[in-house]
Amino acid sequence: MAEYSAFSLLKNALTGNKDWKPAWRKPDPKASYDVIVIGGGGHGLSTAYYLAKEHGITNVAVLEKGWLGSGNVGRNTTAVRSNYLLPQNTRFYEHSMKLWENLSHDLNYNVMFSQRGCLNLAHTPAQLDDYARRGNAMRHLGVDAELMSVDQIKRLVPALDVSGSARFPVLGGLMQRRAGSARHDAVAWGYARGADRRGVDIIENCEVTGFLRDGGRIIGVSTTRGEIRAKKVALAVAGSTGRVMQLAGISHMPIESHVLQAFVSESLKPIIDTILTFGMGHFYISQSDKGGLVYGGDLDGYNSYAQRGSLPIVDEVMSEMLALFPGLARVRMLRSWGGLCDMTMDGSPIITTGPLPGMYLNCGWCYGGFKATPASGWCFAYTIAKDEPHEFNAPFTLDRFYRGLIIDDKGQGATPRLH
Amino acid sequence: MLITCPYCGPRDVIEFTYQGDGNRERPQPASQDLDAWNAYVYDRLNPAGDHNEIWQHSGGCRAHLRVVRNTITHEILSTAFARGGHKSTENRAEGRS
Repeated sequence: MAEYSAFSLLKNALTGNKDWKPAWRKPDPKASYDVIVIGGGGHGLSTAYYLAKEHGITNVAVLEKGWLGSGNVGRNTTAVRSNYLLPQNTRFYEHSMKLWENLSHDLNYNVMFSQRGCLNLAHTPAQLDDYARRGNAMRHLGVDAELMSVDQIKRLVPALDVSGSARFPVLGGLMQRRAGSARHDAVAWGYARGADRRGVDIIENCEVTGFLRDGGRIIGVSTTRGEIRAKKVALAVAGSTGRVMQLAGISHMPIESHVLQAFVSESLKPIIDTILTFGMGHFYISQSDKGGLVYGGDLDGYNSYAQRGSLPIVDEVMSEMLALFPGLARVRMLRSWGGLCDMTMDGSPIITTGPLPGMYLNCGWCYGGFKATPASGWCFAYTIAKDEPHEFNAPFTLDRFYRGLIIDDKGQGATPRLH
Repeated sequence: MLITCPYCGPRDVIEFTYQGDGNRERPQPASQDLDAWNAYVYDRLNPAGDHNEIWQHSGGCRAHLRVVRNTITHEILSTAFARGGHKSTENRAEGRS
């Protein structure tokens, strides 16, 4: 029976809201589990949820060094889309999109998924041709894509400067109407509650400080709350991948950690009812249900574990916003923050068994991890349960760089800050 | 963030281009050692702490610099000309595999 429903809302309202259960328990760690998932963010929690739901593996612990959802799942700009060029990425992110479309129902938790569309603006004829090519590649794999004219864009986003005198005139755009946004905290809480109700222990304030080994095999972890053993240890630690892998004795990875900033303005009346991206720089913007403009741009551009950014990028992002929306010049910025991005050498993620026996690895989300949350957990759970990848994540290996099988959607090569 | 260029003195970070991990060793051009090439192109140390990295003062004297910078605090510990390319004897001594 659904724990949250119109009926339960009414019943609890009439009885003084005294009977709600906490969304998840606060258990102490047991001595051992079948599976330990390191990282209580979106991907770790969804992995635990799908392990329990799809594979019946419920003797699972999720270890989180801080509080639940304190990392990137609460630091992103909440865009969900599957508008990729390469088939490996398209299939994976479209699987994610389909899970998103049923997620609130599946979790019995309103993640406020709003399919308001994502529009990439083109500013040169070559860029428009490139978007047509990408749109065709998407439609070829059954994903919706639509090339929009300037007139259509003008009707959709009246505040946008589409005049010929704009700094970079808009020539058209590529729209994915099924793209959208979701409330990121609700995604973390919904997965946490779903996993908890199926028996998963979510253990907060429990930082992994080392790995327990039997010969070459990983058999558990030492943590700030004691040693915990497990048959399988799965990593979903995003920007901290380098740090945690070093605890396992692996010093080098095809990953650099970078900081990405995001910004929220004061609340405005509805002005942008889609997600819009700028084609002549790196800028994206949407409007939250509370009215704040949510926007961001490029990485700061150098290795960082700081979770805070620097001023040159603030300046650049604001100037890009004004190039598109001169009318927003006097809107005040309310908040800004930074999150750690685990940037791979080809811009695509890694979901794989290994690299050590007993270990499973989920990382390399660059700055696209939020939209992947459902499929990442779904594929990682499959990989952990079956000891082999699902066809959706089979291309996302760790050794693809060595084997020449890189998945470089943007074609930038091994310069992570450019992906 | 200010980076002190040995020629130009302290300059704003926007004058510089980041070229990444300075611990990597480029194999000889004729080398057919796949592991060495793979390590050079794709593997990174990515430490949380002091990081040996290469920057270019592209908006100034265009010199390539070897910078030691803390990736948690962003504090710059030293800057010098990046003579000798990516190869760094100091960092190899720190136990790089």
